[in-house]
Amino acid sequence: MIAALITLGILALIFGAILGYSAIRFKVEADPLVEQIDAILPQTQCGQCGYPGCKPYAEAIANGDEINKCPPGGEATIKHLADLMGVEPKPLDGAHGTEDVKKVAYIREAECIGCTKCIQACPVDAIIGASKQMHTVIVDECTGCDLCVAPCPVDCIDMVPVKETPTNWQWKLAKNAGGTVGDINIKELS
Amino acid sequence: MTEFILLLISTVLVNNFVLVQFLGLCPFMGVSSKLETAIGMSMATTFVLTLASLCSYLIEHYLLIPFDIQYLRTISFILVIAVVVQFTEMVVQKTSPSLYRLLGIFLPLITTNCAVLGVALLNIKEQHSLFESIVYGFGAAVGFSLVLILFAAMRERLVAADVPTPFKGAAIGMITAGLMSLAFMGFTGLVKFS
Repeated sequence: MIAALITLGILALIFGAILGYSAIRFKVEADPLVEQIDAILPQTQCGQCGYPGCKPYAEAIANGDEINKCPPGGEATIKHLADLMGVEPKPLDGAHGTEDVKKVAYIREAECIGCTKCIQACPVDAIIGASKQMHTVIVDECTGCDLCVAPCPVDCIDMVPVKETPTNWQWKLAKNAGGTVGDINIKELS
Repeated sequence: MTEFILLLISTVLVNNFVLVQFLGLCPFMGVSSKLETAIGMSMATTFVLTLASLCSYLIEHYLLIPFDIQYLRTISFILVIAVVVQFTEMVVQKTSPSLYRLLGIFLPLITTNCAVLGVALLNIKEQHSLFESIVYGFGAAVGFSLVLILFAAMRERLVAADVPTPFKGAAIGMITAGLMSLAFMGFTGLVKFS
């Protein structure tokens, strides 16, 4: 009995060592460009670009897909992507949705029936709660992707704009004719 | 020497693992829809089978018998096979990412390919020597590859063939496999192995 335990244990140890070594020896380096693109994308995992998440879209961009399919990222993301990829920035592709003010989900807790459907829909696990218990949204984690709104059977989820505080306030810059946010006009500054 | 050649021929043709002993049917049906995938899969399986039969022989004779724990044979063989498969997966992923994507789930599924465990256990049952075990494992893999590649080539043609609607797809594949099996049964008696 003891011999069996020790033998199998040693066997497992040796195999573990071999596999561990070969995992380092045969490590596959991911495309560094994909990592860089993924870092620029807003990580809402909303799927509005038509891909199942930000990482797949990053891979698609690296393989030559358009850079203007990300509504949550908006013009700023497109501009960064254009810089990185060395292409001209384009206006957001309207087919994938429009850029909106930043919102977070809010669950009217009195109406929540605790069905957990919104928890399953949330791509970033920003909703906590259990079956037959009221759910709530972790505001800091919520990416405002709207995906939890549709599954709610009692429609108790609202998308509320994020309140402006001194930490997230930004200049309201006028949109120019192309729809892109330009830099501040010289005239406005002086 | 003739003994090894006879053993090889007998495992490849007469006692073909897929069509005569009906082991490893899952990848046989699963990966045979494209010739390219079938070739990749047969190469991976050949590697795994040969290495696994060698390793399982060593484990049986240098671990299980000295410690008198042959009742742990199945679990330790499964362990060996899983390790070899995992190792193969890493190598394939490193050397050929496109093949890795093509094989997909079937690569880790070599672990549960019953031909692999079957060869390891049959080696013990037939009391093969070390070299015989390797030849037996290699022969089983060559037989598997041969049948898989032949079948994949046929299925590629079957897709374009004018098959009656109820037989399209997997159904005609099964019938073809059955006919191939019948053909391989014809090899019975080719080698008299005493």
